[in-house]
Amino acid sequence: MNFLLKKIKELEPKFEKGGRYEKLYSVFNGFATFLFVPDTVTAKGSHIRDYMDMKRTMTIVIIALMPALIFGSYNVGLQHSRAFGISDWTVMHMFGFGFLKVLPLIIVSYVVGLGIEFISAQIRGHEINEGYLVTGMLIPLIMPVDVPLWMLAVSVAFAVIIGKEVFGGTGMNILNPALTARAFLFFSYPKWMTGDKVWIEGLVKGGALDGFSGATPLSMAKLDNFALMPSPHDMFVGTIPGSVGETSVIAILIGAFILIVTGVGSWRIMLSMTLGALGMGLLLNATGGNEYTQIPAYYHLIMGGFAFGTVFMATDPVTAAQTNTGKYIYGALTGIMVILIRVFNPAYPEGTMLAILLMNVFAPLIDHYVVNANIKRRLRRVKTT
Amino acid sequence: MSELIRLRKGLNIKIAGKAEKILLPEVSVTRYGVRFADFPGLTAKLEVKEGSLVKAGSVLFHDKAFPEIKYVSPVSGEVKEIVRGDKRLLTEIVIEQQGSEKIDFGAADPLKLSREEVTEKIMNSGLWPLLRQRPYHIVARPGRVPKAIFISAFDTAPLAPDIDFILANTRGGHMQAGINALSRLTDGKIHISFDNEGSRVGEMKNLKGVEFHYFKGPHPAGNVGVQIHHIDAVSKGEVVWTVDIQDVVALGRLFETGFHDRERIIALTGTGALHRKYHRTRPGASVSAILKGNLKDDHQRVISGNVLTGKKISPDGSLGFYDNMVTVLPEGDYSEFFGWASPGFTKFSYWRAFISKLIPKKEYDLDTNIHGGRRAFVVTGHYENVLPMDIYPVHLIKAILAEDIDLMENLGIYEVAEEDFALCEYIDPSKSEIQELIRHGINLMIKEMN
Repeated sequence: MNFLLKKIKELEPKFEKGGRYEKLYSVFNGFATFLFVPDTVTAKGSHIRDYMDMKRTMTIVIIALMPALIFGSYNVGLQHSRAFGISDWTVMHMFGFGFLKVLPLIIVSYVVGLGIEFISAQIRGHEINEGYLVTGMLIPLIMPVDVPLWMLAVSVAFAVIIGKEVFGGTGMNILNPALTARAFLFFSYPKWMTGDKVWIEGLVKGGALDGFSGATPLSMAKLDNFALMPSPHDMFVGTIPGSVGETSVIAILIGAFILIVTGVGSWRIMLSMTLGALGMGLLLNATGGNEYTQIPAYYHLIMGGFAFGTVFMATDPVTAAQTNTGKYIYGALTGIMVILIRVFNPAYPEGTMLAILLMNVFAPLIDHYVVNANIKRRLRRVKTT
Repeated sequence: MSELIRLRKGLNIKIAGKAEKILLPEVSVTRYGVRFADFPGLTAKLEVKEGSLVKAGSVLFHDKAFPEIKYVSPVSGEVKEIVRGDKRLLTEIVIEQQGSEKIDFGAADPLKLSREEVTEKIMNSGLWPLLRQRPYHIVARPGRVPKAIFISAFDTAPLAPDIDFILANTRGGHMQAGINALSRLTDGKIHISFDNEGSRVGEMKNLKGVEFHYFKGPHPAGNVGVQIHHIDAVSKGEVVWTVDIQDVVALGRLFETGFHDRERIIALTGTGALHRKYHRTRPGASVSAILKGNLKDDHQRVISGNVLTGKKISPDGSLGFYDNMVTVLPEGDYSEFFGWASPGFTKFSYWRAFISKLIPKKEYDLDTNIHGGRRAFVVTGHYENVLPMDIYPVHLIKAILAEDIDLMENLGIYEVAEEDFALCEYIDPSKSEIQELIRHGINLMIKEMN
């Protein structure tokens, strides 16, 4: 690898200030540090530093997303074959078909998002933040597979510019960027984000089997078609229509395991959000109100985007509560809100996205009260002595 | 007597390069130095010029704000150089040792002296800077009586010397006299903390006039700031003092012999040093004697102090005023191909994101590479895992960044020193300079309060 390192060192002056390509410094630096961890040594403070860096942190999240991506690709093929009555596809066929459908979404998401990141890093004179590597993978996984690519591009641009960069870039944003992209599409092009057709590849264009419905469990529940809902087993495994990465609870749990073991994702949020939703579901089971309140509470955990949102969205450290106590409160409230929106809101079948975005806004307030309790403890010490 | 205080938060960095428990005799050194960076916040007024002749105990400079706080020469000789850095800022006073003349400040039993007399003797002898205060972790300001004095009798920092071994080899038996002197300076208690009950050796067994405490837990349990937080925390308006355990001996030596003599034992550690043992020396002494022929190669970093909080010095630089160890560490200026993606069999980490967590080794070779690039704060919930205090580190750091004085005060700036945040800095995947920030916050507070 020495020749590569030599080449990079050789090229570096051209990209530095005053060099011919100084406007591309961020891009150059991004690629150079991708290939080689730089030779910078500590200058101030601690003389040794942990081997962990932001690249590794983000890589772990991407690895955790892989099971959901792989199963999601397979499921795209599976749902397509069911809708169009194709019976001779093998698992590999289905995966291959699905992956080729998902790949353009990933490419568009990364090209548009990273393009904006590169430009803003150059303007700010920062190194490129790795945060978008995760966001760029999350976005395709929470989209319907048939979403037009130009819409995806617009929503990514909106999310990165309005959702993140105007607040000061990675680490400063208030709303989860991936969910901002989804919410933008949801409200701007509702036809492409709801209904029975968008969740299965090719259904919008027509030609499906007679009487085939591509409805997700959530939209069935919303219309009180409880009898048509898939079995809990199917919902848990994920062989149901839905956004690309959200259907398989098993795949998401593998990701959750990776995040929790490495300490990159907060188990506190995952646990409290699950308990919050389950508790709210049980409460509704007990009190009643409408027919929707009577489905088994645990259904909520395996339907729609709840599992995906809990593991990958609500836990985003930048937009979630930052104190440990705050995380429990934030998680529980998010879980409760998901169920309330699902069951009582007449317009939106899914509550996860809106619940998380809403609680993103409240997270700093939750932290404020938690930190204030610490301040009060400190002040009380003065009074008692 | 006192119950065991268990701390779960913190981290022992498994770095290779501990010193063998062998004490080498003092090697003669002629170059001594007093570094101004050892005293944050100090504005010094020089009392010597290049060429001045000094004795051990002669005043070199004093604090401009508190002229009674004097800083003296550790040895007799000639002021060889007054080193200045950027903007003519004083960096170091270098003294070439000649002879062994020393000023006699007069022996006396501190218990028979008044508080004012004890204070005066310590100040005249140049030992006052051994007393440091919280808040701010600076040299104790005269005029305030501290509510208590804290001494840590163990060091948990990476590769830290074994204090029991040091105390067992300390000459003179002046500890009790030092405690007696301290007892004249406060109306409160003198607290000494040990890492477990069995570790009270030598003079420690029969020490009188102190309260013993026992801590169990990973670094930074040995930091006196952490101990204060759990024994009797500093609140707004309160002041406590801290003294290094070997400096208690130096105080005692002053009162029993009348001389300024800070002879102490330090450990030479780190994988960059070939022979790692304990040395008898004194603060200010050039480390060249103990490093001579002892460096692995010339690509090593010499640190006075430990790897988390120490200061980088040249191989002939002087031992810091408060340091009890010298660490030699390989410089890490290499580029690692796809380093961020490697499984990390040999990479020690706080994070469970490396194979090394599954097949742990006892010790790891670490170097000074920063292992990444500077980023904004992203990760949460981990900094508090290595700070055993009821303090929200990230919120305090952000209050400092915002220069919000009230918030800093409310979030506990009075209780902390940069060394308490060293582990937060170590584990930070965003590679922020947290210790420097904390000192910046403390400096803002000092300015605001004056």
